[in-house]
Amino acid sequence: MPLKQAITGAEAIAYAMKQINPDVVAAYPITPQTPVVEYFAKYVADGVVDTEMIPVESEHSAMSAVVGAAAAGARAFTATASVGLALMHEVVFIAASLRLPIVMAVANRALSGPINIHCDHSDAMAERDSGWIQLWAENAQEAYDFTVMAYRIAEHPDVRLPVMVNFDGFIISHGVEVVETLDDDVVKNFVGKPIKMYPLLDTSKPVTYGPLDLYDYYFEHKRQQIEAMRHVPRVFKEVAEEFAKISGRKYDLLDEFMVDDAEYIMVALGSTAGTIKHTIKELRAEGKKVGLVKPWVFRPFVKSEFQRVLNARKGVVVLDRSASFGAEAPLYEAVKSALYEVAVRPQMGSYVYGLGGRDITPEHIRQAFEDAFKGNLIADEERYLGLRE
Amino acid sequence: MPELKGWKEIPIGGLIVEPGNSKQYKTGTWRVMRPVYQPENCIHCMQCWLYCPDQAIVVEIVDGKPKMRGYNYYYCKGCGLCANVCPKSTDPKTKQPAPEDKRAIVMKPETEFAEE
Repeated sequence: MPLKQAITGAEAIAYAMKQINPDVVAAYPITPQTPVVEYFAKYVADGVVDTEMIPVESEHSAMSAVVGAAAAGARAFTATASVGLALMHEVVFIAASLRLPIVMAVANRALSGPINIHCDHSDAMAERDSGWIQLWAENAQEAYDFTVMAYRIAEHPDVRLPVMVNFDGFIISHGVEVVETLDDDVVKNFVGKPIKMYPLLDTSKPVTYGPLDLYDYYFEHKRQQIEAMRHVPRVFKEVAEEFAKISGRKYDLLDEFMVDDAEYIMVALGSTAGTIKHTIKELRAEGKKVGLVKPWVFRPFVKSEFQRVLNARKGVVVLDRSASFGAEAPLYEAVKSALYEVAVRPQMGSYVYGLGGRDITPEHIRQAFEDAFKGNLIADEERYLGLRE
Repeated sequence: MPELKGWKEIPIGGLIVEPGNSKQYKTGTWRVMRPVYQPENCIHCMQCWLYCPDQAIVVEIVDGKPKMRGYNYYYCKGCGLCANVCPKSTDPKTKQPAPEDKRAIVMKPETEFAEE
């Protein structure tokens, strides 16, 4: 029977990993990710998992260790945040390029500097072109569910790409919520045995990982990565459908909240979607036709889905929890680009909020919606919520 | 000598899934200078074969003895070691470089062969 537990997002992810029982976990502590691996280390110490746990000297080594483990044919996991992810950067690309089905939980935190330990999305956004699949959780439940689903997507023979499970630092990682966990056996059967491709430890079929790849073939290998990403929407939907059967919780590429008759739609990632949903309910009570689109899958960025939902709306307001200095904010840029070809292009507005963990309140969300109601959205203008002038 | 393959025909991730495949690697495209063999001057001493780093010297065994038969340009990088060690590259009397028509190996710019 599914069990309702009052746990943090970090514990929810560690609990999912306990049920998955990975072969190798290598990680380095960094706030606010640390409790994920702390909880998991306890499972290792208690002998409830068979995992080889590798404490490493840096995040660069953590990602390198899971790359080696995954190449060997092991199911490998790591977790990080912020500057830890930034230190991994080089090897993050290698993991995707070598087509290794690694899963990594990222407790999204602002990048330095000045140093800041609180939530924003600048860490994951800096890796958005690394070739990893990016799933974004709104709460601890989604963080748990995505962790359970992640290996099925990553290991699929048509995909073979690593998966990053993003969950907002502190807000999700340290906030206690009710999470409905599945039975160990149910998760074990759902995740199944690792699907191995070219494992280094199969000495009867020797392979070489990471040889020099110059102008004669590098381009072809990048094209394969592009193709792999194109298979992700289909595979994600298949896995989500199967997951719904065991959990009753239905996921898709986008979480569409009250969009059917919505004239104005907000687009946002992560935990802020919860505040937006609350505000939408209030605005609906006042007779405003508003809705939310929350990408559960941000990489690949499935343009056709955004085109389907956002075409012919009066206004689209995109909230970004990271800035792109000298350019448009990353989520806004992608949504705006997707809407270039729609039949009836909506008015669009870009709002940056919550950098370095700055709170976002229903009033801020209302303020952005009010701009939309007044027809006061300017596509090429970036505005800021909760910023002192 | 296989042509370069398309992205659908190769293993993912740049993996090498079979051993010994450097044979297929066409290092000949790196060549800037091409060694041209002039068999009428060759004494078949096999110095070129001994020194060639790419095993690009074609040898035929005739009556139990090796005979130089030119180059495998698929692999030859044009380094010029063969011409350098060839005894026919030096005039035996003057110890100066031999005139081109007396040499067994002459290095020529690859651009002269662009048509091939």
